[in-house]
Amino acid sequence: MDLNLSPEEVRFRDELRAWLLANVPPDWSAWREKPIEESFPYLRAWQRKLQEGRWAAVSWPKEYGGRGATLMQLAIFWEEMARVEAPPMANALGLGLIGPTIIAHGTEEQRKRFIPKILSAEEIWCQGFSEPNAGSDLASLQTEARLDGGHYVVNGQKVWTSYGWVGDWCELVVRTDANVPKHKGLTVLLVDMKSPGVEVRPLRQMTGETEFNEMFFHDVRVPVENVLGKVNDGWNVAVSTLMHERGAYGARLHPLFKRNINRLIELSRKFQKNGHTAAQDPLTRQKLAQCYAEIEIMRLNQLRAFSRISATGAPGPEGSIQKIFWSELNQRLQQIAQEIFGAYGQLLGGDSHAVDKGIWSYGYLRTRGNTIEAGTSEVQRSIIGHFVLGLPKSY
Amino acid sequence: MEFGLSESQEFLKDSARKFFAGECPSVEMHRLMETDTAYDDVLWSKITEQGYSGIIFEEAYGGVGLGKVELMLLMEEAGRALLPGPFFSTVALAGSVLDAVATPAHKNQYLAPICRGDVRATVALAEAKASWDLKDVQLSAADGKLTGEKLFVTDAAIADFIIVAARDGVFVVEPKARGLKISPMSGMDLTRKVYVVEFNNTPAEKIGSSADLSRAFDIASAALAAELVGGMQRTLDLTVEYAKTRKQFGKPIGMFQAVQHQCADMYLETESARSAVYYAGWALEENSPDATIAVSIAKMYASDAARTVGNRGIQIHGGMGFTWENDLHLYYRRAKASETAFGDATFHRERIARLVIDSGAASAKSA
Repeated sequence: MDLNLSPEEVRFRDELRAWLLANVPPDWSAWREKPIEESFPYLRAWQRKLQEGRWAAVSWPKEYGGRGATLMQLAIFWEEMARVEAPPMANALGLGLIGPTIIAHGTEEQRKRFIPKILSAEEIWCQGFSEPNAGSDLASLQTEARLDGGHYVVNGQKVWTSYGWVGDWCELVVRTDANVPKHKGLTVLLVDMKSPGVEVRPLRQMTGETEFNEMFFHDVRVPVENVLGKVNDGWNVAVSTLMHERGAYGARLHPLFKRNINRLIELSRKFQKNGHTAAQDPLTRQKLAQCYAEIEIMRLNQLRAFSRISATGAPGPEGSIQKIFWSELNQRLQQIAQEIFGAYGQLLGGDSHAVDKGIWSYGYLRTRGNTIEAGTSEVQRSIIGHFVLGLPKSY
Repeated sequence: MEFGLSESQEFLKDSARKFFAGECPSVEMHRLMETDTAYDDVLWSKITEQGYSGIIFEEAYGGVGLGKVELMLLMEEAGRALLPGPFFSTVALAGSVLDAVATPAHKNQYLAPICRGDVRATVALAEAKASWDLKDVQLSAADGKLTGEKLFVTDAAIADFIIVAARDGVFVVEPKARGLKISPMSGMDLTRKVYVVEFNNTPAEKIGSSADLSRAFDIASAALAAELVGGMQRTLDLTVEYAKTRKQFGKPIGMFQAVQHQCADMYLETESARSAVYYAGWALEENSPDATIAVSIAKMYASDAARTVGNRGIQIHGGMGFTWENDLHLYYRRAKASETAFGDATFHRERIARLVIDSGAASAKSA
């Protein structure tokens, strides 16, 4: 156990720092307030630039455009990106989830065809997993793909698709065999979103935004070469994507949480509570300290998990504790913010009295989704119960 | 950066687990807790033969010279076995104080016999206010004599010497010293006995400055948190095992999500406390600038989590969890005593608040 940066990690960090210093665009703070539809070309351009420096997917193997970075280096990467308030990358799902899944399960042709354009943000990826009747019980999904010569013909509906509106390609989980147990009849297809029969509709969420989409597939033809992994082995492919989602996301979020708690501590010195500043209020101090501590523990849990993954080779079911931890912690952080701001907490972005232009009122609403998206807290607890603790399956 | 244990750390942890399981199984722990002092000479000499009493101390004094992470691992395994007796008091507490405040001559006199396993010792800190803030210590010496009382002193009745934190220094008092009175308190934890220690014009030898106590305080706090992690792990293991075997409505109760999800939370809390404790050990060892915050985070989190894990474990065991025969309540009792000792979660949260809200350290550190 040694949490000092190794010489190699220091080199990695310093090289990244120098590159960011020279290349981070100065005008992101102005762009970030615009609707995502408007800023998206900007984010694509930023990701292209990152990849020109080979920084878009540092943890991918070198032969696929990454740097073969360790998970610890990945944690350093997100830390540094947050430190300079770098813009996010346009192809977040392609880089974080789908690219690694293609590298792990794809054919060499698929890797050559898709990976470079994921990295350059030329092709934006979305993920077609959830359906109206298949949320937590993902394996019960009904979107069907019927083999017709050299194509699968896809019919069905997906929901809660991030980046659906801008997606060029989709990692789509479909049912290819309805006559076997539900987990055994699934296949993952890589679907061109420009194919005839694909329809994308906005889905308005409780924040008022349309961050997600619904997708409809009517007789969409997908060439058999676009099966990812083996036919009817789609469950394992999809789970590998989900494990990536749970395994490393905390490293990306931690610097943002840290920035939020530091900002909240700063604000607590300005807001009044029970006759003194919130920073002097004993109960608020307790809550802020608890939150500060938990954000640090989130970092430590993540680093410990990284060490375990490095030893075992793949993210495992214990990644579920990261998901539970960060999502519930984020909700508690937003709740404390609301308690500190009092009546001001409710004010939305457009209001001149709003705190920090409404990011906290937005955050309060948006974090309700954290314990639902990417696997509900209930599903994560069932995964821990069964796959980590060895309790009998409860569903 | 590597947060996994090294091979030698894994080896230490593994052999400590086997050692405590072999030498202090549940039945032995039960036997000792029924005694007045929860102490056994034979068990103690086996522990010291392992070199455990000198684990973190310099080889110059007969110690093993390992780091604070290793101490955390050892305390964790002692906690898993709910080890009775003065290991914490002697090593993590008295040893750390001597290491932090004493001169080489005093270390030869007091720390070396601890490393050799020749003596047992403890530290008297809290007073009637039950405050663990070193600034709240009232007891002071006049002409090298102490008068006053200390409370919640662990293992005092079997200590070969008692280290006393006073306003004007750190003192050593011999057990036969004039005016010294040691009386048991009826603590909830049956496996670690606590005492009132009264001094009446009691001769005492000054060994150092109380200003140097804070590092020893941090090491002891982290060690207690580590011990709590071991107790949590044992509670989790027993509970998961029970949930797999106990059947109601024709199914193992672990199949019900109301039960299973509580087990998942116990796992999350145990692992999170473990992360915080290992990091605290590392930060102490490295004299990292955030060592004090790291200790408070560990003690704060473990103090709350051990209670919560205990609550859940007893609840899932149902009626069995409420019986005297079941070990769970013994861990639960220890968790309560250790929760309050060296500052409960509220105390440590305020300590964190002072460091990150009042001094603005929140924006200074980004690791």
